[in-house]
Amino acid sequence: MNWLTRLIPSIGKEGDGAKTKKSKVPDGLWNNCPACEAILYQPELEKSLFVCPKCDHHLRVGAKTRLAIFLDNGDFEEFGSKLKAKNILNFKDTKTYEQRIKDAVSATGENEAIVTASGKLRGIDIIVAAFEFRFLGGSMGGVVGTKFVLAVERAISEHKPFVCFSTSGGARMQESMISLMQMAKTAAALEKLKEAKLPYISIMIDPIYGGVSASLAMLGDINIAEPGALVGFAGRRVIEQTVRVDLPDNFQKSEFLLEHGAIDMIVPRAQLRSTVARLIGKLYKNS
Amino acid sequence: MSNQFLEFEKPLADILDKIDALRGASMGDVSLLKEIQSLESEEEKLRKKIFSKLSIWQKVQVARHPKRPHISDFIPRLFNDFDELHGDRQFADDASIIGGLASFEDIPVMIVGHEKGRETSEKVKRNFGMAQPEGYRKAKRLFKLAERFSLPVITFIDTAGAYPGVEGEERGQSEAIAQNLAIMSQLKTPIIVIVTGEGGSGGALAIGVGDHIAIFEHAIYSVASPEACASIVWRSSENAPDAAEAMKVSAQELIKIGIVDEIITEPSGGAHRDYDEMASLVKKSMIDALSKLNQLSTEELLERRYQRLLRIGS
Repeated sequence: MNWLTRLIPSIGKEGDGAKTKKSKVPDGLWNNCPACEAILYQPELEKSLFVCPKCDHHLRVGAKTRLAIFLDNGDFEEFGSKLKAKNILNFKDTKTYEQRIKDAVSATGENEAIVTASGKLRGIDIIVAAFEFRFLGGSMGGVVGTKFVLAVERAISEHKPFVCFSTSGGARMQESMISLMQMAKTAAALEKLKEAKLPYISIMIDPIYGGVSASLAMLGDINIAEPGALVGFAGRRVIEQTVRVDLPDNFQKSEFLLEHGAIDMIVPRAQLRSTVARLIGKLYKNS
Repeated sequence: MSNQFLEFEKPLADILDKIDALRGASMGDVSLLKEIQSLESEEEKLRKKIFSKLSIWQKVQVARHPKRPHISDFIPRLFNDFDELHGDRQFADDASIIGGLASFEDIPVMIVGHEKGRETSEKVKRNFGMAQPEGYRKAKRLFKLAERFSLPVITFIDTAGAYPGVEGEERGQSEAIAQNLAIMSQLKTPIIVIVTGEGGSGGALAIGVGDHIAIFEHAIYSVASPEACASIVWRSSENAPDAAEAMKVSAQELIKIGIVDEIITEPSGGAHRDYDEMASLVKKSMIDALSKLNQLSTEELLERRYQRLLRIGS
């Protein structure tokens, strides 16, 4: 039994009774690192928390895997998992929005682009949210905003710190203004958390753009990024087309964000647990 | 003037050209004067007809009309004693957002809004109404100032979006917008938001969280510009008209899903035909909204503002 399969059975004890599917781990025993193309042996990769041992590239992982490697014993209780998007605008491009959701659900095993849960971090009870990038690019529609607010409100009512792993292409076009307003809705909920004197640790995962970057991701009491994560308001291509300049290689990467004062620190995946636990320990009094 | 007509307004331009020609030739000729009058009433009828059934894409064009009234046109028509306030106190003054103190019906208020500029040099100075982080930070400073002195805030939205550039990224465009959303959601004073032209994305919402959201009859508001949405979803910006339809960007659609509270009727033929009439319609809307919001305690106001946000998409 390898490291992850040992954790998987404990994943997804449902708060609201829905059945959770296992998080998908890349199939097959061998993978290529997307950065250095080194051939990686799956069991080794799991041990290294999906960080390439050759070049230190942090590979993308699904929301549930993320929670499993972050929380004590990989245990968490998911809530809000039944909420599903509706096609309020009756949006249709080359496919209907319903079809796109259906495809995303079957590709990821999740009902939406965010997973919300409670769990323990080094013994501290916390509320945690993680975006699922494979679900329509982690885009934020009404349900993502609603689940995020539910999580924040739960942190307030249970007096627990809140941690969110953000990774998202931004707003969800298919919900237009409903999507845009989630930026204000999530920001408003975080103000309530602030009033309740509870810490919010925002952890930025490659990539975050647009509406998620310009709302909940940037509003952490402490903003942390994984190494090499791309985080920005406008995408590199949009900027290149608008201003016609060559952008530096590290443009919008974690290191660039740190240099320009947007984040507090860059923390490698293997140190996230200890770092976040230490920060919460200083900010949060369990009274 | 006729080069300021949109494609679907051409029949109107033709009639107006005829009227101009007849006026030049009439020299007090009674029969010609009669013909002018009948052409004028024909133009009016046709104008009403065209504007009563604009497609969503046509509305996008009206919202972006080169003569669309801007905040600079409304300030002298709606307010007295405007004192413009400049700068974010950190980096610069961003001219794409105008802000300042003024009197509205003898009450001091804080005004903040996008200004696109009209002549080329002014457009450049205003960066076409696309703000950098310092624009949003100036707005934030003015919101906080308004809160301290219990002044109602009135914002005017008209932007294609926040400016996508290198400097903006370096100075924290995302953070600037996010902070405004957070602060506006809890600002202890009434906020009236008026979408006058183009409500584009986070750059619009960054001054758009409030208690009463009004939108002009032919204004638009969407998560991304139709061109941007088209290039993301259809992979081609040429599908912008499809994207505008699909995103339901018009005032008439937005009121159905509870994004806006009120549609402010425009003069026949659009706001650009009569700035004074448009301003008087805005004034009426503002008076109604302010008197309604003034009846609420601060706690009620903030709870109402929070609940309206929670309802959207839940």
